[in-house]
Amino acid sequence: MTTTTVASFEIKYHQYLDANGKPTKDIPEFAKDMNTMRQLYRDMYKLRVFDAKAYALQRTGKMGTYPASLGQEAIGIGYGDAMTKEDVLIPYYRSTGGLLKHGVTMEEILLYWGGDEAGSNYSVAKDDFPICVPIANQIIHASGVAKAIQMRKQKRAVVTEIGEGGTSEGDFYEGVNVAGIWNLGAVFFINNNQWAISVPTEIQTACETYAQKAIAAGVEGIQVDGNDIIAVREVANYALEKARNGGGPTVIEAITYRLCDHTTADDASRYDDPKVKEDAWKNEPLVRLRKYLEKNKAWSDEDEEKMKEEVAKEVEAAVKAYDEAPKPRPEEMFDHLYAELPELTKPQREAAIKRGAK
Amino acid sequence: MAAITLIEAVNAAMAYELENDQDVVLFGEDVGKNGGVFRATDGLQKKYGTERVIDTPLAESMIAGLAIGMAAQGMKPIAEMQFMGFIFPAVDQIFCHAARMRHRTKGRLSAPMVIRAPFGGGIHAPEHHSESTEALFSHIPGLKVVIPSNPSRAYGLMLAAIRDPDPVIFLEPKRVYRIVKHEVEDNGEEYPLEACFVDREGSDITLISWGAMMHETLQAADKLAAEGVDAEVIDVATVSPIDMDTILESVEKTGRACIIQEAPKSGSVGSEIAAEIAEKAVLSLLAPIGRVSGYDTVMPYYRLEKQYMPSVDRILDEVRTIMEYK
Repeated sequence: MTTTTVASFEIKYHQYLDANGKPTKDIPEFAKDMNTMRQLYRDMYKLRVFDAKAYALQRTGKMGTYPASLGQEAIGIGYGDAMTKEDVLIPYYRSTGGLLKHGVTMEEILLYWGGDEAGSNYSVAKDDFPICVPIANQIIHASGVAKAIQMRKQKRAVVTEIGEGGTSEGDFYEGVNVAGIWNLGAVFFINNNQWAISVPTEIQTACETYAQKAIAAGVEGIQVDGNDIIAVREVANYALEKARNGGGPTVIEAITYRLCDHTTADDASRYDDPKVKEDAWKNEPLVRLRKYLEKNKAWSDEDEEKMKEEVAKEVEAAVKAYDEAPKPRPEEMFDHLYAELPELTKPQREAAIKRGAK
Repeated sequence: MAAITLIEAVNAAMAYELENDQDVVLFGEDVGKNGGVFRATDGLQKKYGTERVIDTPLAESMIAGLAIGMAAQGMKPIAEMQFMGFIFPAVDQIFCHAARMRHRTKGRLSAPMVIRAPFGGGIHAPEHHSESTEALFSHIPGLKVVIPSNPSRAYGLMLAAIRDPDPVIFLEPKRVYRIVKHEVEDNGEEYPLEACFVDREGSDITLISWGAMMHETLQAADKLAAEGVDAEVIDVATVSPIDMDTILESVEKTGRACIIQEAPKSGSVGSEIAAEIAEKAVLSLLAPIGRVSGYDTVMPYYRLEKQYMPSVDRILDEVRTIMEYK
């Protein structure tokens, strides 16, 4: 059978640092600034400490279910660092790094996972969406926000994030597809941490990469070492600049490994191979960046100790604020349901107030 | 002032808001050049351009999700679902996000939008084109569900729906898209949501309906008048949240109530109205509440749809039973 190739595609992989913090190619300019790199190290470390604290709060009954980012810190911290405050973040439940970098406070995040919608009333990131819990819906929201931004001729990028399992949902394709057609300024990060709760990639897709799912929508797809913060930050910056300047959408698959359970309600030891996990620990993003900093004489044991002390204090202060946050009142169930509560529902509100906290 | 049909009234109201509010944007499948499969958006893209009247790819969840994203940025999207039978992929977005955005951000973000869908039976349509599933949406707090029954109401209620700060599911009874014309002044005057309309005053029984069934209900009321039964007729119009005050006031006056709907009987908007009457006006009742509904069956393909849908005769039979109750 004689055929003609009508289209062909390739997926590029980006990495700057190997697992030992050794450059694999020329380092981008921003990563030569050791102040920037020290800050990124501190941000990733803070996320790790915050996660551990959140786990402890859940285990001691002081907070509800929580999804940690252990081993995946470079993703949210990386794209979050590339965002400006005018950009919009449409987070999912494992976007803690992105949220923190975009100005959402640790107290707000604790309040959210502590069962109070007040945690989604962000004090700083006023246009950012609340965390998306149903899988993949956020992909379409990002396209909708990007469409509004495009119609208003604003130079703002929209960033969203999804797990690799979420790319099996129809909403993933629908959202990326329309972003391609309309040339929307959206950046779709795929956190490929190898697991959708207990389901590994070979059960999720026959694709060689998740990035290539962009190709079906006519969108640029890039693969990046998700444990290399320099690479994540660099491709994020490329995609965000492109988004702000009418260059259209990008799908970025960041390859990492979920070193934690899916959430506090999960037990990964039921399905994860301890040997594979042990190897994955050798690739994790913090050690790699620390080695890079040390090689550049930009980090010492004293720096490490000082950082640990400061971050512990910051996290403790957030936990204290969370502990002391006012408890929601029963009428709050009704108060933001509609702009104005329907007549039919008003007696229910009164009844709830009357019963009080009982 | 011109006499226009219900679908022309929907078009006129959307045009009025497109003209007067730059944040309004309209999109869906085939709404642009084609003007919608029923022509609800006829001429709007030509007048307001492809930037504001947009043909989307064929994906209902995407249509609803885009509306949520755009609304959160302060735009006022009007999104069309080509038929209500195809709305289900969008239900995830509507229930989980549109209905909850204001609540889950404590009012920081909201999702003002109109999701339009033609619905109901009686036009010999293909399968999945004729159901009346308004109760699914009425059940969800945070949504409003509006069903116009005639051209002037379609105009006034559509204006109110677009201007409303919360998401509105706007269901258009396609069987009556073109059966009557009203003189409708295109003056931008809206009708209130969450308000019933009393279309006929009477003292013996309250007939409660909405959408296309209002036409059979009013015909039944005329026939009942000839039999000496003076029926009051209420068009619920906003089936969620329901203006129960108007209904209860009427039932307290007449002492009898009959609810007429095209949807299946169980777990329906009619069930809710009956329950509210039972809770709040049971001592005013002179007879049990009556209900005339579609059957609790799958909406049949069109050879049986006439038998499925409530007819004037079925309404008359039920009302006579109620009136004879001692």
